[in-house]
Amino acid sequence: MARIVAGVGCSHVPAIGVAMDTKITDQPYWQPVFKGFEFSRKWMAEEKPDVVFLVYNDHCTAFDASVIPTFALGCAATFTPADEGWGPRPVPVVHNHQKMASHIAQSLVLDEFDITIMNEMEVDHGLTVPLSVMYGDKTPEDDWGVKVIPLAVNVVQYPAPTGNRCYNLGKAIRKAVESYPEDLKVMIFGTGGMSHQLQYKRAGLINPEFDTMFLDKLTSDPVGLSKMPHVDYLREAGSEGVEMVMWHVMRGALDDEVVEVHRHYHVPASNTAVGHIILENKDYHDSRGKVAAE
Amino acid sequence: MQKDYEDIPGTFVFDADRSREGYHLNQFCISLRLQKNREAFNADEEAYLDGFPMTPEQRDAVLKRDWNRLLELGGNIYYTSKLAANDGINFQNLAGLMTGMGVEAYRDMMLAGGRSPEGNRYKSEWEDK
Repeated sequence: MARIVAGVGCSHVPAIGVAMDTKITDQPYWQPVFKGFEFSRKWMAEEKPDVVFLVYNDHCTAFDASVIPTFALGCAATFTPADEGWGPRPVPVVHNHQKMASHIAQSLVLDEFDITIMNEMEVDHGLTVPLSVMYGDKTPEDDWGVKVIPLAVNVVQYPAPTGNRCYNLGKAIRKAVESYPEDLKVMIFGTGGMSHQLQYKRAGLINPEFDTMFLDKLTSDPVGLSKMPHVDYLREAGSEGVEMVMWHVMRGALDDEVVEVHRHYHVPASNTAVGHIILENKDYHDSRGKVAAE
Repeated sequence: MQKDYEDIPGTFVFDADRSREGYHLNQFCISLRLQKNREAFNADEEAYLDGFPMTPEQRDAVLKRDWNRLLELGGNIYYTSKLAANDGINFQNLAGLMTGMGVEAYRDMMLAGGRSPEGNRYKSEWEDK
């Protein structure tokens, strides 16, 4: 059967993609941002998942205001990087594991998560930046080296789904993956955040204490964390910080017991606090005898 | 309806009320995602805007690039950022303009760790400013 072995939390700041695409990652401004992903790229190269289930939000790219699905699962064969207004990112087309995606779609609906099925979808920086930071520089001619099942979550129009709903969706995704007969190694990414506000007079809000609490509780109290109301994100982590609900999908899909093997936190990237965490299921972690970094 | 997020200062929460108000404005903004539309808009802004039934105030704010006014009239940042991108303004510089700090001072604030939540959680904290 297929199984989820680890989860990745990761910001998806568009400027990080721009920095990679324009080859300025070694500039003093960007160097500390990318330093924190060196471990992660080695880890990905060693772990080599067959499939990444990638939870992200579309930033008014594939979805305009006419259709706003709360959860939209990518079931197309491929997903092309979109022109978001400044030209498409020069990165590879994203290839789906289409059979598994369809299986998950069916399983979720029967499990009473009424997701939207996307058989055509372009993807924006919300999806491609996490792939770039975890897999490194790629050209459009390359392959990402992994199949990707995208789940787009509405966090643009209030309300985003609750943290609790996201956490339970993660559990349903895990159930779906584990009922897929093929022996595949799957990872789940929860992306977005951390604290940031992009708009109006309070733009630039950053809250390291909140972000640290959030990262800590992913391991120590994920259920409690998933109960946090939206207004707390909006007030404490900025109006766009509510993206962090997507990390609960990732956390819900993992075992109750996880081991944090890597954490990275840096301010700023553009307007945003960059947060990144790698959580391995404890059983999987122990079976490999790995020692937690730090 | 009571909204528990209305007491956060300097912030719009893009809820259904704002979404209804800003619908045509936001649909205009997202149209600029495509190169052919950017070219048409840049060739003749007024003519291009005729295709979108927004209010005269919204139209005026677009033409004046009044970034905060666009948000006050129902625009959402992910949409208005498409108009900014068309003008060569990235997210950070747009934030510099919206805060009234200017691009340089805003960038410096971010490099110094950003805007603290202290004193920025409730509208009452901003009343004396």
